[in-house]
Amino acid sequence: MNAIEVENLRKEFKSYSSRSGLIGAFRDLFTRNYKIIRAVNDISFTVKQGEMVGYIGENGAGKSTTIKMLTGILTPTSGKVIVNGMNPHKEREAFVRTIGVVFGQRSQLWWDIAVQESFRLLKKVYRVSDEDYKEHMDHVIETLDIGPLLDKPVRKLSLGQRMRCELAAALIHNPPLLFLDEPTIGLDVLVKLKIRQFLKEINEKYNTTILLTTHDISDIEALCERVIMLDEGKIIYDGSLQKLKENWGEGKQIQFTFANEMTLDILKELTDGLQVTWKKGEQANVWTAHAPSALLPEVISRVVARYSIQDMNINEISTEEIIRNIYEEGVVHG
Amino acid sequence: MDKYMEMIRIRFLMMLAYRTNYYTGILIYAINIAAYYFLWSAIYGGKQTMQGMSMEQMTIYVAISWMARAFYFNNIDREIAMEIREGQVATELIRPYSYLGMKTMQGLGEGIFRLLFLSLPGLFLVALFLPLRFPTDVHTWMFFILSIAFSFIINSELNLLAGIVTFFTLNNEGLLRAKRFIIDLFSGLILPISFYPDWAQAVMKYFPFQGISYIPSMIVTESFRGQAIIDGLLFQFVWCVLLLIPIRLLWRAAKKQLVVQGG
Repeated sequence: MNAIEVENLRKEFKSYSSRSGLIGAFRDLFTRNYKIIRAVNDISFTVKQGEMVGYIGENGAGKSTTIKMLTGILTPTSGKVIVNGMNPHKEREAFVRTIGVVFGQRSQLWWDIAVQESFRLLKKVYRVSDEDYKEHMDHVIETLDIGPLLDKPVRKLSLGQRMRCELAAALIHNPPLLFLDEPTIGLDVLVKLKIRQFLKEINEKYNTTILLTTHDISDIEALCERVIMLDEGKIIYDGSLQKLKENWGEGKQIQFTFANEMTLDILKELTDGLQVTWKKGEQANVWTAHAPSALLPEVISRVVARYSIQDMNINEISTEEIIRNIYEEGVVHG
Repeated sequence: MDKYMEMIRIRFLMMLAYRTNYYTGILIYAINIAAYYFLWSAIYGGKQTMQGMSMEQMTIYVAISWMARAFYFNNIDREIAMEIREGQVATELIRPYSYLGMKTMQGLGEGIFRLLFLSLPGLFLVALFLPLRFPTDVHTWMFFILSIAFSFIINSELNLLAGIVTFFTLNNEGLLRAKRFIIDLFSGLILPISFYPDWAQAVMKYFPFQGISYIPSMIVTESFRGQAIIDGLLFQFVWCVLLLIPIRLLWRAAKKQLVVQGG
């Protein structure tokens, strides 16, 4: 069964622009200039029950807008959305019982009261029975290690403590589908690890579908086999993370720290005839060569034979770099 | 229904979370009642009655109006406006309840809290210094309770309307301030409606404001008797129902219009 089915989904916003100057401001009182902006432009994809999908893209690519349409907060301009077999907008109250949502940038707990009071209210709101609550939440509270935080008001929690509580709050009704909008934003490494581990665990235990947006590529690497990449409202890649790496991450990087300063011309001449690109590092004597794996020995021997070097590193191309390259070019090859 | 009761409880907890507000609140209500008492005794200046109300009735009118205000007054318009401005409304819409219903319940929680813990102690404080004599007829009190329940509904409905307008304007601080002032003035809180010139009274018949404060206060001072009570309650009831219509329509339009601010 598909947890999410999206077809030709589109969302347009009116964006008002102000005229300049005092006269412009007066004219704005009567008529305002606006243009239509397409935040999400005819996207289609499906997500199967139990999948963990990373939904990535630059700021303003349309990720949050998509999530808001999938959760029924925003009405699509056109297109079809079926989530958990329902139309999120038409059957809002029945639909939201089947999803859990965490917005990393907003709290859904009540700010001034103790965490457990928020939990208690949510338990009533979602009509969770005492037994279910006890069985499920005792485990969640223990795994996320938030037991000691329950009697504190939310405003007194640190960000990491709060995020763990938010996650627990989103899971009170044990939804089959979980939306996480930048859940690890601003968190330290230990909390991130704990949250990732926890997400994996509930995915295995309950076959929970998870759709995750994040700017932290390590989240995606740790959790998602599949990524959907968005740019300017369009899907530019939908497939496995592994394949993305293979297509884009070919070759190795070798970072040389030379004893003396170097120029691009000298280096180019040195590796003439080889498929190598050079990039300057932070200092004039640090240069990075990007070359196919097979040419590695050749490049190194040529450099070492001619110039003295202080240090050398060979690196895989990181996923983050791959994704940065794709953002810069705006398309996915291969 | 359970969840709504729980919401009232949560609101109690929230009000209790800030204790200083609570103590100053009692003082503010006492000061307001006392100030209006002295103002009115200066206006009466030894006269027996004005517009058919004695000074004694006026004292009770002032005290009761403020006490009732504690109950019907709430800040849900501001809260809705703030939640929209900051995009917090998004987290409300992913919950399986009616947003407006829940807001009204929060208002009710706040109202009950203020009534029990702000205005009753405030009234008690004032009664030590001012000559307050309350009616002893049980029926009067029953009509009064029914009447302030309607007050709460009408005022909350107006607050919801003002709040929903934020969905379209995104910032309506001015409107909310104007609304608050209009309600204080035209509801009869500051000046009983019978003191307004005839033409103004005639105009106000077509607005819901006097259903908020004037009618319950007139009932409890026993200035309204017999048919006048029934007419007053009917007036309130009709407005309770009528105001639902624009709320429905605006809310439906607002959900289509919704733009969640801030990413």
